[in-house]
Amino acid sequence: MDNKLIIGSPPHVHTRETTARIMWMVTVSLVPAGIGAVVIFGLQALWLTLWSILAAVATEAVIQFLSKSKISIADGSAVLTGLLLAYNIPPNAPFWIPIAGSCFAIAIGKMVFGGLGQNIFNPALVGRAFLMASWPAAMTTFCAPLGKADAVTGATPLAALKEGKIVESLSYLDMLLGLRGGCIGEVCIIALLVGAVFLLIRGYISWHIPVSFIGSTALLMFIFGRQGAFTGDWLFHILNGGLLLGACFMATDYVTSPLTARGQIIFGIGCGVLTAVIRLWGGYPEGVSYAILMMNAATPLIDRYTRKRIYGT
Amino acid sequence: MVKIEENKFYTEHKKIEVLAAAPIVYIPLSQHLGKICDCLQVKIGDTVLKGQLLSTAQAQPFAPIHASVSGKIAAIQSWPHPTLGACKAIVIENDGKDSAAPEFGKNLSPEAAGKLTPEQIRESIFRAGVIGMGGAAFPTHIKLNPPKPVHCLLINIAECEPYLTNDSQLVAEKAPEIIAGIELEARCFPLQKIYISIEDNTPEAIAVLTKELAQRSWKINGIEAEMAVLKSQYPQGGEKQLVQKILKTEVPRGKLPFDVGVTVQNVGTVYAIYEAVYKNKPLIERVVTVTGGCLTTPKNLLARIGTPVKYLIDACGPLKETPVKIIAGGPMMGIAQFTDQIPVIKSTTGIILLGKREARRAEELPCIRCGACIRECPMGATPALINQASNKSFWAEAKTYGALDCIECGLCNFVCPSNRRIVQSIKRVKLEAPR
Repeated sequence: MDNKLIIGSPPHVHTRETTARIMWMVTVSLVPAGIGAVVIFGLQALWLTLWSILAAVATEAVIQFLSKSKISIADGSAVLTGLLLAYNIPPNAPFWIPIAGSCFAIAIGKMVFGGLGQNIFNPALVGRAFLMASWPAAMTTFCAPLGKADAVTGATPLAALKEGKIVESLSYLDMLLGLRGGCIGEVCIIALLVGAVFLLIRGYISWHIPVSFIGSTALLMFIFGRQGAFTGDWLFHILNGGLLLGACFMATDYVTSPLTARGQIIFGIGCGVLTAVIRLWGGYPEGVSYAILMMNAATPLIDRYTRKRIYGT
Repeated sequence: MVKIEENKFYTEHKKIEVLAAAPIVYIPLSQHLGKICDCLQVKIGDTVLKGQLLSTAQAQPFAPIHASVSGKIAAIQSWPHPTLGACKAIVIENDGKDSAAPEFGKNLSPEAAGKLTPEQIRESIFRAGVIGMGGAAFPTHIKLNPPKPVHCLLINIAECEPYLTNDSQLVAEKAPEIIAGIELEARCFPLQKIYISIEDNTPEAIAVLTKELAQRSWKINGIEAEMAVLKSQYPQGGEKQLVQKILKTEVPRGKLPFDVGVTVQNVGTVYAIYEAVYKNKPLIERVVTVTGGCLTTPKNLLARIGTPVKYLIDACGPLKETPVKIIAGGPMMGIAQFTDQIPVIKSTTGIILLGKREARRAEELPCIRCGACIRECPMGATPALINQASNKSFWAEAKTYGALDCIECGLCNFVCPSNRRIVQSIKRVKLEAPR
């Protein structure tokens, strides 16, 4: 048997967990929000999502083919990027919007850095930022939910708030169910919660980033209320915009967030504060994606100062 | 906290079987941490007796080696070695008579043993060639003579490596002897407390030890002894982890347990100490767990030092499946062997045969910074970033992330979803980085 023995460095046993499985699990956890979007906005949400995933996977495959590297689309990371990008565009966007966004997200957001694990910024958010800069009109025109023509049309509740309008026709229950204008994946809060709880229970994400992110945004929105200090409608701000989608599924992206629990809390607070600042005083009605992108840039620095204490030191 | 499949069921509760001596044994000149035993006391063609001294070294630290069978010295030549790759070994052709050296196995009465001074105890242990049998292989007589006073003795039965059952089975069968061994050790130190650490997945060993200790009203040599039953968890059987877990203190960086007044001793070593002092038996045999899915009857075997591993495998019945990996030691820290001709040495805790499915390893993918290795690292290092730095030969950076603190338990590598060879890259830092 001698010449057939495998030699290699220990350990000789290994967990069953794989990177591909993690990617697919996160993808699965986002499915309820997608179903919610189809129910709320109709099949157009599904078609846009599929275009986005297809474009992301195709872009990755083509780049890997051209650069003669191993084609790794089966690891699920491109599917996840495509899915998340689709969740960040309006349900009534033209079909080429998610295609352009996904191509950019994969090519510039991920592959130019060296592919999986090497990128500094969340690829899906890079794609979204590109779309916002290139086609702002298409990215900020929102349709109303099906059969709810009396809802705020043409704008999200946050946009209405930014313009100084009062959003009255929307109950917290409507917001929870997602019966409002908004991006495909962000509206159905209840479905997002189901997915987030699944990821938390299975240990794919930890509470640190979502709690510190949402908590600090909510706190600041409460403090800087419209009718003076400590009067803000913090729940409205949690249930609107992309806060939940961003905090649970995008800020928690392993590659672009800090490594330790302490670092993740700092990261989450940073995201939360920036989101609140943009929503309160910035030019955009919504700040989640830019907040995450900015904190992505700070991740190496946070990692440097939040190392674990080495045993015996 | 990650759960590793323990796979101890293969050999759990299996009585230790005495393995007949092999027709030829290969006794390597280096089986311990320290100087190689190259002062040969025998030459080719000599007839040796079981227990006869074969070789010593010129200077400490070393542990002498002895003949594990009686017979003729056929050769002194380079031979495969489980931890060194190859090492000069004394080859003895067994004459099958098992004739023992004079005084070998001579009983010492408890009264006579009670009169031994610490120096005499250490001398007996040294002459018997006892080393740390948990795998570290440091000569025991030196460990029993630390430069600082030791007030706490930690007996280590926390056999946290998966698959292995040699220590717990030894305890289940030899509890009185082990307690006598602990007593001998206790007399070498100004002790205040003895802890016996054991994992909760070995109920049989816990039960017999509890019974023995209760009979002695939880005192060994007048010193309070306590059983610390730990929830089974890898890698708490490591010295530093055990000190942290039981004494709630840490060994300072770069120091050893005696710096905080503690000595950690593997239970197999304790038994060897008992045999050396009470039975006048040098360390010429040890319990080896021979296990894995490839075997029809995995066993705990009492094997002579120098027995080729092939001989142990054959003793476990016909193979169910051709092994593709043979590991000497546990699956987390043990070394994959290139041949089944390696001999059992003093520190061989187990032989694990993995079949194709068990040995299969996923492809190495890029790190996705999931942080699992950092959460699990018992030393508080940042394995993911050491791996990155090491691969780029950024030695200074690798060191700041704790490369030199690594105990190579392999947990980072185990939990990594991208299956990165983290331990390998850390070993590279230790070997190649300038000091």
